[in-house]
Amino acid sequence: MQEERLKQKQSPNDKSGVLTAPLKFSASPHILAPEDVPKIMRGVVWALLPAGFASIYFFGFSALSVILISVAATLFFEYIFLRIFGNKGSIADGSALVTGILLAYNLPPGSPWWLVVVGAFIAVLLGKQVYGGLGYNIFNPALVARVFLLIAWPVQMTTWILPRPPFPKGAEAVTGATPLGVLKTEFFTKGTIGAAKAIHLSDLFYGKVGGSLGEVSALALLIGGGYLLYRKIISWHIPVAYVGTVFLMTGIFWLVNPDKYINPVFHILAGGLMLGALFMATDMVTSPVTSKGKLIFGVGCGIITVVIRLFGSYPEGVSYSILVMNAFTPLIDRYTKPKTFGAK
Amino acid sequence: MALIFKRRTFRGGVHPEEMKELAKDSPIEVLPPPRRVVLPLSQHLGAPSEPKVKVGDEVKVGDEIAGAKGFVSVPLHASISGKVVAIDKFPHPCGRRMPAIVIEGDGSDELPWGKKEKQKIDELTPEEIRKRVLAAGMVGLGGAAFPSHVKLSPPKEKPIDTIIINGAECEPYLTSDYRLMLEHPKEIVEGMLIIKKALSAEQAFIGVEENKVDAAELLAEECEKAGVDAKVVVLKVKYPQGGEKQLIKAILGREVPPPPGLPLDVGVVVHNVGTTYAIAQAVKYGKPLIERVVTVSGKAVREPKNLLVRLGTPFSELIDYCGGFSAPPVKVVMGGPMMGLPQFDLSTPVVKGTSGLLLLTEDEVTLAEEGVCIRCGRCIDVCPMNLLPTEIAAYCRNGMWDEAEALDVLACIECGSCAYNCPARIPLVHYFKTAKAEINARRKAQAKAKS
Repeated sequence: MQEERLKQKQSPNDKSGVLTAPLKFSASPHILAPEDVPKIMRGVVWALLPAGFASIYFFGFSALSVILISVAATLFFEYIFLRIFGNKGSIADGSALVTGILLAYNLPPGSPWWLVVVGAFIAVLLGKQVYGGLGYNIFNPALVARVFLLIAWPVQMTTWILPRPPFPKGAEAVTGATPLGVLKTEFFTKGTIGAAKAIHLSDLFYGKVGGSLGEVSALALLIGGGYLLYRKIISWHIPVAYVGTVFLMTGIFWLVNPDKYINPVFHILAGGLMLGALFMATDMVTSPVTSKGKLIFGVGCGIITVVIRLFGSYPEGVSYSILVMNAFTPLIDRYTKPKTFGAK
Repeated sequence: MALIFKRRTFRGGVHPEEMKELAKDSPIEVLPPPRRVVLPLSQHLGAPSEPKVKVGDEVKVGDEIAGAKGFVSVPLHASISGKVVAIDKFPHPCGRRMPAIVIEGDGSDELPWGKKEKQKIDELTPEEIRKRVLAAGMVGLGGAAFPSHVKLSPPKEKPIDTIIINGAECEPYLTSDYRLMLEHPKEIVEGMLIIKKALSAEQAFIGVEENKVDAAELLAEECEKAGVDAKVVVLKVKYPQGGEKQLIKAILGREVPPPPGLPLDVGVVVHNVGTTYAIAQAVKYGKPLIERVVTVSGKAVREPKNLLVRLGTPFSELIDYCGGFSAPPVKVVMGGPMMGLPQFDLSTPVVKGTSGLLLLTEDEVTLAEEGVCIRCGRCIDVCPMNLLPTEIAAYCRNGMWDEAEALDVLACIECGSCAYNCPARIPLVHYFKTAKAEINARRKAQAKAKS
């Protein structure tokens, strides 16, 4: 008897039109697009892979270990703080995974393990969960951690391993300056940019230079960024506005005085610009929601980056520019409200 | 040639899987009249009709059993012959029990208007057309069920220069308008002429989506045959192309102002092809609105079909006629999947606004829990009204109705594009419906307090 009734429940009577199973009841629409938040986050992870492989190719095990520690620590802290704060969201939404990878990409290869763990702690706690978790944070969590670490441990955060062949015969990794670091030192000590001019643009493009592990290979980042655009996870507005502004501004300075200022292509390929423009500034949560707002945001990032790079004492300006513009996001959103259909 | 291909369209919108192939090749079949019909008094926007019969009365098909109550209201007619057995509350597609007249059939099913002499359209004045449309209990059959005679009675200071016949049928699954256009193009063109005359409009358009080019060609041919100066516009397949504001924008480039703005503010009136067909029958033969075409579709129904159904027929009879369930439905929807109403009782009757009955399986509907907004902006990208769905929803969640109103939530057409596209599965339309109801209720209360 029981079994028979159960069977009936599983297959509604197909002749009489009598329902045996309860129907679901919810507001329209009743169909939804296939893409959900975990799918979007997985898409970002896929897009980040080329840059990861490039970093492992150039920096070897020291890059791989930073990535693994960062991801593991970020997921661990996310789990802990989700439970402590009771915020909405879960490990499964994939957002912490993305933060973990981005944090690793913002650290020097060969960072000590404790530096990475502290970074993960800061990213999850101060970058995200104190605001209420996924969707509520104002600043990009990975960048909050990067800037925190830079202030707290400036030496560890600016010790750059230089790229080497994938299976080196010698033992010790060689440290040196990043291209932008060279540029800044030359500029300050000699007033010209002599040595920086010797850096090959092709090395910058492929990533055979010193720097944070995920930002060195422009090529790998472009491949990933292209995938994000193709999947429509990001739109072109922020990257184009950001890179375009940097190109234009540095181009003008270069045209005026090429002895003092390096060419715009160098600026686009060096430092964290590609990583920032494609993966950090485009973070949905912390950037404006409308196309117009995104353009303003991108231009703002570009201007701040150039100002810091050309006139600041710190060689790189991408992290700061994005964080500053993150703060402006609510304001930009307010002033770029679209005109309602039919309104005059 | 009266056929125009127009790629220009409106901004926003989505393109869900069309799913029209399930029922699009099934010709309209007549569902035998049921033994018993339940006819709700409220089958249209506006005040419910007022009963004119009492329990025990004998009625014939087409008898007026309830009258219009006010200007924005229409009469209701018996859809079968028989005896009134109850006037009480019965399940209504809106999800509540609502007052309805129940008729128990006597088996005779004489349709009187076929024999009546055909009315020549040329001899009718606009006023007579309006009278006939109202007397037939005509409402918009696209789903909103707005009384048709109101649309045919624009205020004098707002002249209508253009009418548009809406054959876009942009909702996935639904094919009833498509079948009507294929099987009755002549009547649709006649209906268009009647509407054009009633409004003294100068030009007429028929808008059809590109996935129904065959129907568009047929209509264009029919226009040419009848010597009618009307243009059939083939539009991009995009939801909500059939929203009247979007249709007007796509065809004429005119933007209807936000509420209380109406199409007539830009000199346009839009009627759905189903309505146009029914208006032709009402004006020509005096046939009241007692039946309509309903698409029965979805993967949970054995044979998806397009049926001509008497109003008041319970959903279960439609499903039976289509061979019953082929898989367990998890959701039953009246209308299309984007804007339709969910149902939980299959004894609920077909009403004037029933354009479809969808039996959806678990893999067709996405049942997901509401997540957190990640500010991806996808809802904003697709909103055809250029609103900020995510921000409005945030205000609605906190009961901040003034703020939601300031962001024009009242302009929302509830098309569902935003919620369809939301990766966090936030039921945005649900929030907006609540907000609109709250704001309108408050306005009413304020108006009352003043008077």
